[in-house]
Amino acid sequence: MPLRSWFDRGVTVAGAPQVRGLGVTAEQWREAAAAIAAGGGRLLSLWAEGAIGGAQSVVAALMADPGVLLLELPVGGDQQQAGAAPYPGLQDLFPVASRLQRAAADLSGIVSSDPDTRPWLRHAAWPATFHPLRDAQLPAPAAGANDSQDGYRFVPVEGEGVHEIGVGPVHAGIIEPGHFRFSAVGEKVLRLEERLGYLHKGIERRFTELTLSQGHRLAARICGDSAVAFSWAYCQAAEGLAGIELPLRAIWLRALALELERMANHLGDLGALANDAGFAFGLAQFSRLKEQLLRATERALGQRYLLDFIQPGGTRADLQREGAAALRACTAQIASEALRLRVILDDHAGVRDRFVGAGTVSPTLARRLGMIGLAGRASGQGYDLRSDLPHPPYDQLQPRKIVRDGGDVAARVATRFEELFESCRLVAEIVERAPAGAHAGAFVEPVQSAFGLGLIEGWRGPVLVALEAGEHGSIRRCHAHDPSWQNWPVLEHAIIGNIVPDFPLINKSFNLAYSGHDL
Amino acid sequence: MWNTLRQIARTGVVTEAPALADESLRVRAALQTHITKVLGRALCIRQIDAGSCNGCELEIHALNNPIYNVEALGLRFVASPRHADLLLVTGPVAKNMEAALRRTYEATPDPKLVVAVGDCGCNGGIFGQNYASLGRVANVIPVDVIVPGCPPPPSRILAGILTAISQPPRASPLPPPM
Repeated sequence: MPLRSWFDRGVTVAGAPQVRGLGVTAEQWREAAAAIAAGGGRLLSLWAEGAIGGAQSVVAALMADPGVLLLELPVGGDQQQAGAAPYPGLQDLFPVASRLQRAAADLSGIVSSDPDTRPWLRHAAWPATFHPLRDAQLPAPAAGANDSQDGYRFVPVEGEGVHEIGVGPVHAGIIEPGHFRFSAVGEKVLRLEERLGYLHKGIERRFTELTLSQGHRLAARICGDSAVAFSWAYCQAAEGLAGIELPLRAIWLRALALELERMANHLGDLGALANDAGFAFGLAQFSRLKEQLLRATERALGQRYLLDFIQPGGTRADLQREGAAALRACTAQIASEALRLRVILDDHAGVRDRFVGAGTVSPTLARRLGMIGLAGRASGQGYDLRSDLPHPPYDQLQPRKIVRDGGDVAARVATRFEELFESCRLVAEIVERAPAGAHAGAFVEPVQSAFGLGLIEGWRGPVLVALEAGEHGSIRRCHAHDPSWQNWPVLEHAIIGNIVPDFPLINKSFNLAYSGHDL
Repeated sequence: MWNTLRQIARTGVVTEAPALADESLRVRAALQTHITKVLGRALCIRQIDAGSCNGCELEIHALNNPIYNVEALGLRFVASPRHADLLLVTGPVAKNMEAALRRTYEATPDPKLVVAVGDCGCNGGIFGQNYASLGRVANVIPVDVIVPGCPPPPSRILAGILTAISQPPRASPLPPPM
């Protein structure tokens, strides 16, 4: 069956016009996924639905030209018994599925048919028999549970002169924790294997203890640098399932917050990238601009980082005339100074030498691995929800999609610069054009259970929140997905053939989330 | 090169006056007099993310920007706990990070100070304690100073660090541990 007819058979999801949901059998699950893969579609996320202690199903969110298709495959009670038949894995169609399936096995106890069955988010802190999104009863604390030596099987690389370098979880800077295992010959990297999950703090189970009108605070703290993206995606899902129509001004203010978050992160990354190339001047200049932006943000919207700005029904604060003027002045200054700094970086032979050709991911490889977001756009993967599935106010702002095909550190730097300039334009335009009116309306929790989906293009890429409300405003299940899931495996490819000392620079040029991934 | 120099001249000095120590952030004063005598005011800091959402890290990064410019105060972030005098710890402690946090603490030479940064580090924050989270930093290693906030702004983090390395007033009543 062709791609489009799978979409036609699906039912619409409340409040998300471009999303269709479809219950499938095990055969249809593979067939639909294969049709979407063949049609150039991508896997956005894969997770287990269902309340703790209730029936479970595995859900794949697939993105193709018509929109987003959610395939839902029930996994019967048998699945939960040891030795039960696994559901069909999707790793051959979408490489990112492998880690998502391993995570679903750790958290929900549903097992795929794919070969890699190593745990992913579970280290040694809780026993393999406990599945936090399935079992209500917490495990008894076990002796030695805090031992990090859990016997994880890294893939060995053998040969003459091959040696292993293990780095992390605690790194040599102000960075989130994760473990990197390099197999190198001399300085040249043959293979990198990542081990993540150190920051797993039980967020998806914690959601089930909150109400619908509290969840946005937790969503904002999934990944602090993407707080606006996650809290907006959460609120989009919650408002969609509750059938709440937002005041127009609230939507524009949310977009303002999202673009300010994008600018702050891009400024921070550009400074850090210059610094990793040995050009401390760049760090000093960009971090100064970032501080100015954060202060203008605080003056305009009340917080440096907008962790609680977006809330169900609207936004916490309104933009006043004085704040609007501060933002207008600040973005104009950043745009002109960043342009000057870009010339300086481009002219610097030493910086160019480090950026050009480092950590290259060709568009062909990027397509095969399902690379998305900012890093994907630097490798020719031209996807941006703001222009592909434009929701208000982006349908009126028409953001320019930045796509490059160099695929190296230099391309990811150039993409950041151009997105920064575009966001400066968007901020100025939103400040100018945001309609008058209320910035928040009432949010009424629905009485009956319902499902909603939120999709927002954060600075790193598309952020997804799937929200299942129980009765009377409870949260039955909330799954949050960061685009880092897609791009972490790509980093393992990007480093191949590069030298170990270039890893910090290449890693920074991706700047993927640890907390947002580990949940 | 000319453009670079011109930009430096155009920017000028943007560093602001630093925050002051704040005794209300201190939760433990054991050995304090001894420690401050040994360390003085020049201090090496090792940051550990033990479970943070990365929000606190963004504000800790800002301490190094030219506006807060903490290196000018003698404070330096170092790459190894073996070089550190003070640990700046964020997050509710994820169980998957417990062993790494303990080992980093043990690898830091005595005498040492610990500052817990952010609501999560102070009291577990919105995550609290669960099957994967141990809550506040003090549940795992001894903490001297706490800096609440979500995330706390750089000036508060700096105030916390300066409190840790300043002499507590004699017989000052400490706030009860959280």
